[in-house]
Amino acid sequence: MHELAIAQNILEIVQQSVTEEQEPDVKWVRIRVGQLSGVVPDSLDFCFSAIVSETRMQQAGLAIEQVPTVSRCRDCGHQFQIEDMVFVCPSCKSANLEMISGKELEILEIELEDKRDNAL
Amino acid sequence: MSVITIERKILEKNDRIAEKNRQFFKEHGVFVLNFVSSPGAGKTSILEKTFQELSATLNIAVIEGDVQTDLDSQRVASYGVPVVQIITMGACHLEANLIRDAVQKLNLDGIDTLFIENVGNLVCPSNYDLGEAFKVVVVSTTEGDDKPLKYPGMFRNSSVLIINKIDLVPYVHCDLKLLKENALQINPALKIFEISCFTGAGIPEWCSWLSKREFPRL
Repeated sequence: MHELAIAQNILEIVQQSVTEEQEPDVKWVRIRVGQLSGVVPDSLDFCFSAIVSETRMQQAGLAIEQVPTVSRCRDCGHQFQIEDMVFVCPSCKSANLEMISGKELEILEIELEDKRDNAL
Repeated sequence: MSVITIERKILEKNDRIAEKNRQFFKEHGVFVLNFVSSPGAGKTSILEKTFQELSATLNIAVIEGDVQTDLDSQRVASYGVPVVQIITMGACHLEANLIRDAVQKLNLDGIDTLFIENVGNLVCPSNYDLGEAFKVVVVSTTEGDDKPLKYPGMFRNSSVLIINKIDLVPYVHCDLKLLKENALQINPALKIFEISCFTGAGIPEWCSWLSKREFPRL
């Protein structure tokens, strides 16, 4: 259950990125979670909702983009999605692979609700 | 809606501290291994066997990570090995800042090898760089041969696999060949040792390799 620790890291970065006045307007925090990152998106979402409820960002939610594990073969150049955790090139059977994606654990952007929109 | 672009790694704070740890260890000439496994795979037993075998060759210190109790550090200390215990109070993994603080409590003079024994857990510790040279994942035969497939992240992020309790293979449902195949499918670069802390099988091979420092490139 390190999703709670990760949710706290996300909250910290958001708090560093918006002003105190903007905090109640944070609507979405967009993040990218790789398939190999070991993070369970549902669990992270749950933890994040739990910790923001204690802050001024009560309405903030996580928008999670899940990233598949993609690899490129260093021997034949073939690029492919890793299926069933087999880290071998399906084209030439080489195990000399470069990881293109799958380990991501990144915060992309924060969406703020416009106060003016609200007033209208 | 207005948008603020961030594009930062969520664990950047941990990664930054881990990098500082790595630099610190390099400056002090200390080689650091991070041992990870599920609970009960035999990490502490492997450390004990390693102390016995290499007490004349390497100068080892240990950082123990546990959710509760200092039982493991008591075991380590009984070999005269300098040890610091981290009790995480429920947290499922060690983080780089805990290692940074624990190292301050260790006298590293003359120490050339530091073993970090992570909290027993095959999921969470894989995300957290502590500043180690590499991770050693331990799996025991009693856990079955499918562990690598169930926890690919950890096997992918480790450089060495120690298969412990091979003396129990006749009694448990574990195909050693399949276990190795499964591990290599996730990470073909894994260096594998098969050992038994009970009979001592494979311990000399592991220790000889460790003391030669012929380590995999990260």
